[in-house]
Amino acid sequence: MTDTRYLLLAAAVSAAVNWTLRAAPFTVLASLRAGKTLQYLSTTMPSGIMVILLVYCLRDLPLPQAHAFAPLAALAVTVGLHLWRRNALLSIIGGTTVHVALASTVFAS
Amino acid sequence: MPMFPVAVSDSLCPAPIPPARRRTEALAALKDSASVGLGLLPLGLALGVVITHAGLPRWCAPLFAAVVYAGSFEFLLVGLTVAAAPLATIALTGFMVNARHVFYALSFPLHRVRGRFGKAYSTFALTDEAYAMTTGGQARSWSGARILSLQAILQVYWVGGATVGALLGSLIPDRVTGLDFAMTALFAVLALDAVAERRGDLPTPVLALLSALAARAVLPGQLLPVAFALFTAALLVRHLATRKRPSHD
Repeated sequence: MTDTRYLLLAAAVSAAVNWTLRAAPFTVLASLRAGKTLQYLSTTMPSGIMVILLVYCLRDLPLPQAHAFAPLAALAVTVGLHLWRRNALLSIIGGTTVHVALASTVFAS
Repeated sequence: MPMFPVAVSDSLCPAPIPPARRRTEALAALKDSASVGLGLLPLGLALGVVITHAGLPRWCAPLFAAVVYAGSFEFLLVGLTVAAAPLATIALTGFMVNARHVFYALSFPLHRVRGRFGKAYSTFALTDEAYAMTTGGQARSWSGARILSLQAILQVYWVGGATVGALLGSLIPDRVTGLDFAMTALFAVLALDAVAERRGDLPTPVLALLSALAARAVLPGQLLPVAFALFTAALLVRHLATRKRPSHD
């Protein structure tokens, strides 16, 4: 079993890095916010950032192999459900269920 | 009912929100959180299960979820701590994975959140989901109290999911895998919503997709920071190119 002190320190270090990254930019940006360029970035960035995070989640997709089928099918179900019903919870649970079912049975590694 | 006596001595707080109003804001936030926010439950559940399956003590699930509170990094942290990675490695990995949050300061409406403690918590809890939900069009009218409540509710989902996952983890056989897809599904939904909201602005998601694919091809180990840098650069170039020729100096 891993050492308790080490686990606590690991959590503390991670928390410190994380909070610094989230909070520090505000102190710098507060004065720059009024700028036209930053306003442009602030309105255009959100949609792009989510697209990048989605690609990041799929980065390890073993494309030529059959294993890739489970996440791709689950993604199709997620997107399909969301375009159809526009209910985020339904889309997430539907896609995840399909993925767990496929990855644990037919496509188990 | 005259609920605002003149004896409001706390001048440090410029516009104190009456308790009744605060409650309606919290209720509104609870409703806001019902769709995308609830997606954090299965994801937290997955984290808890992954933690127990990795052989870490169960209390790591609520600890990581509450203190670290950075979804994708917490999954990485499980592997790092199981391998007893040096703290410096953990710090560096955390920095690389979460460097994207630097960009969130550009659009997150922190100026609406009041009070030192409120701002401190709001930045601490500035997750991808909180960012996505508070920068969307419908959030433009949200008060600071509503934003703060939403963030707290999202964290309750996350910590609650992780704790339950850790408790149930030993009941779930090892061969049931793939729960972590909840994160992919969550971002798929957030991306669809964000793109649909800016209908007519197709170049932005396309530029983002190209940036991500380029980063994936060039430096797959650093996909996120590289993709964000490329995307920001592309947006800046596009902004400069589409703007009328600037006449100043």
